[in-house]
Amino acid sequence: MARPANLFGTRPLVLCRVRREPDPPPAEALGSTPAGGHVAPIKREGVGARSRCRWPRAKAECECSVALTERRGSPAGVCGERPGAAMAVAVGRPSNEELRNLSLSGHVGFDSLPDQLVNKSTSQGFCFNILCVGETGIGKSTLMDTLFNTKFESDPATHNEPGVRLKARSYELQESNVRLKLTIVDTVGFGDQINKDDSYKPIVEYIDAQFEAYLQEELKIKRSLFNYHDTRIHACLYFIAPTGHSLKSLDLVTMKKLDSKVNIIPIIAKADTIAKNELHKFKSKIMSELVSNGVQIYQFPTDEETVAEINATMSVHLPFAVVGSTEEVKIGNKMAKARQYPWGVVQVENESHCDFVKLREMLIRVNMEDLREQTHARHYELYRRCKLEEMGFKDTDPDSKPFSLQETYEAKRNEFLGELQKKEEEMRQMFVMRVKEKEAELKEAEKELHEKFDLLKRTHQEEKKKVEDKKKELEEEVNNFQKKKAAAQLLQSQAQQSGAQQTKKDKDKKNASFT
Amino acid sequence: MSKGLPETRRDAAMSELVPEPRPKPAVPMKPVSINSNLLGYIGIDTIIEQMRKKTMKTGFDFNIMVVGQSGLGKSTLVNTLFKSQVSRKASSWNREEKIPKTVEIKAIGHVIEEGGVKMKLTVIDTPGFGDQINNENCWEPIEKYINEQYEKFLKEEVNIARKKRIPDTRVHCCLYFISPTGHSLRPLDLEFMKHLSKVVNIIPVIAKADTMTLEEKSEFKQRVRKELEVNGIEFYPQKEFDEDLEDKTENDKIRQESMPFAVVGSDKEYQVNGKRVLGRKTPWGIIEVENLNHCEFALLRDFVIRTHLQDLKEVTHNIHYETYRAKRLNDNGGLPPVLGKKI
Repeated sequence: MARPANLFGTRPLVLCRVRREPDPPPAEALGSTPAGGHVAPIKREGVGARSRCRWPRAKAECECSVALTERRGSPAGVCGERPGAAMAVAVGRPSNEELRNLSLSGHVGFDSLPDQLVNKSTSQGFCFNILCVGETGIGKSTLMDTLFNTKFESDPATHNEPGVRLKARSYELQESNVRLKLTIVDTVGFGDQINKDDSYKPIVEYIDAQFEAYLQEELKIKRSLFNYHDTRIHACLYFIAPTGHSLKSLDLVTMKKLDSKVNIIPIIAKADTIAKNELHKFKSKIMSELVSNGVQIYQFPTDEETVAEINATMSVHLPFAVVGSTEEVKIGNKMAKARQYPWGVVQVENESHCDFVKLREMLIRVNMEDLREQTHARHYELYRRCKLEEMGFKDTDPDSKPFSLQETYEAKRNEFLGELQKKEEEMRQMFVMRVKEKEAELKEAEKELHEKFDLLKRTHQEEKKKVEDKKKELEEEVNNFQKKKAAAQLLQSQAQQSGAQQTKKDKDKKNASFT
Repeated sequence: MSKGLPETRRDAAMSELVPEPRPKPAVPMKPVSINSNLLGYIGIDTIIEQMRKKTMKTGFDFNIMVVGQSGLGKSTLVNTLFKSQVSRKASSWNREEKIPKTVEIKAIGHVIEEGGVKMKLTVIDTPGFGDQINNENCWEPIEKYINEQYEKFLKEEVNIARKKRIPDTRVHCCLYFISPTGHSLRPLDLEFMKHLSKVVNIIPVIAKADTMTLEEKSEFKQRVRKELEVNGIEFYPQKEFDEDLEDKTENDKIRQESMPFAVVGSDKEYQVNGKRVLGRKTPWGIIEVENLNHCEFALLRDFVIRTHLQDLKEVTHNIHYETYRAKRLNDNGGLPPVLGKKI
């Protein structure tokens, strides 16, 4: 698979091939085994093992110098253990086991294993996260654009930010068959405030938050680590302002806080403002300040021969003095990225003008995988250890017998459950008490109501009685009146009757007298 | 995250335990796809080369287990696969071992190197499997061993101060040898595969295939495949773990046509047509091991080593191990009955 030709003429890299012709059998006799078998306990490399015999064995028994030269194509390593290096732990295995070096009598084919692995990773895609720390206007966005040859749209930040904010943006880039999920995290407002005491805090919190997310995923019962979108910061580019004198105290403080959490690569921004001789002095001043303050910046790995050389030469030029530009200027008969000034043109990719090419080499083309690995193996493990210890887990109990995380977890869980139960009890008690109180209150109120009701009833009864009495009186009066009326009427009618009778008698008399 | 069908590998295996499928997260947070605007070569694809170098430096582990009745040619086949004397018989002093009374588990480790790639190969043999009169539960020691390896790995992973590279002793692949009766699978075969296909990648292999003619072979294979399907035994490559269409078509072809591989093993060389080949010499001819017309050893070797080695390891790590881990953490009981003491 040929790499597309590029403008910059960098050396071509061999990409993977899936099949290879079978190798001719090695010079040893076919199907032979070393007589008697080489018995060696299995040892594994401890943390930080570098520059040693590739397959670690006990020094006295190791046949590496002989064995390695016998095998074709193996790196010429020397078996040696660094003094004071951590001894590896022998894995417990059934005792009827030996570890032997065997020679193959034919081509088996497992040398395609790295290719299988790489193919798998390629199909999944890679993640890479860069954090850019630097003052506003120092050229972070421009440098990212230049590094990745694209325009990541983002508006320039203002200087009025009240605090430091982190802005993360994700992009998907694809080159030949490699897909990269790139996340660029920007510190907005860094160095703008009057009081910069807390500037580093949001950055540290963000980095910790990414580690925390990964840790949570790892501790889950049902987890999916292999398609987890890794957001941990793999590289931190620290932009140093090109004052020409030394590091600012803000820089030192921030870098000191970050060096145990992330791989720091310091770079001098806007390097075209410094002249060559001043630049040299500036660089050495910066490095000596970093060393004297104990800031651990990222060390380019020098353990593997192929990259050791280039890494060693590049390390000399730290911190890289870079110039970023996305504008192209015609130079000679080619267009190249550059910055045009009245007095000349600063070419970004010219190694004598600035160290941009070196930065790109180091960051992307040589050490990207190592950066990712360091983040996972060192910074993340450190965070995890601290976090778990903080939560109270230990690997060994006071008698220095190792605990299992399971047991500690169990204990903690029980403790927590116990606390939870206690709290629940308390709450229940309070609830019951409150209920009782309320009940009492209500009872009081009820009693009062009853009393009132009784009172009312009595009053009502009294009134009723009074009314009844009055009614009786009234009725009596009415009766009396009726009687009187009746009596009066009777008298009247009697009187009338007698009067009528009298008149009738008179009339009769008269009539009688006539006759 | 919305619930969907269990389409990813993990969910399929885990849905038995924790009934909550989670679809693969489709897109990372806020991506902007910038594809063809790359104004020049950046060098992102060098990460492939960087990764290769790193993995070659650290070396690989591979643990393969062979299970089958004695006399089926397991040791010979493993020797042929890795073209060196890796089997138990070759590395033990006592060639005249008695068949053990119970199933034993013997693991032998070797370091082999080819083309700059170092592999630490462990062959786990199970002498005594299926050899007794009463073979009930003879898969239990094997299952126990496999779970023990998972447990070891889990303990290492859960440590506060972890090792840089946790030694991987988990069984990546289990070759199960089927006796070439020509009829069908034995009940022991079915039981074993039923129990173990859930914890490890099983590749069924028909041993001593030179006892069958071509027609008998294809009929037997078909019958075996049917029986496995009827009994719900998922051998590697499992259908549910195919990631994309390409994988699926490739694996389907292997599953439906070639598996189980009918193999012949041999570590002796003979001269055939001027070439030295591995084979078995009989009065009626020489059976060439690597000749595809004679037996399917070459297919098995390519399948296991040249194309699917990494996938075997990944399925073991991402699915079987995760299932075990989830079960262990869900149980939140005490330590498993195997390791009753603190490490």
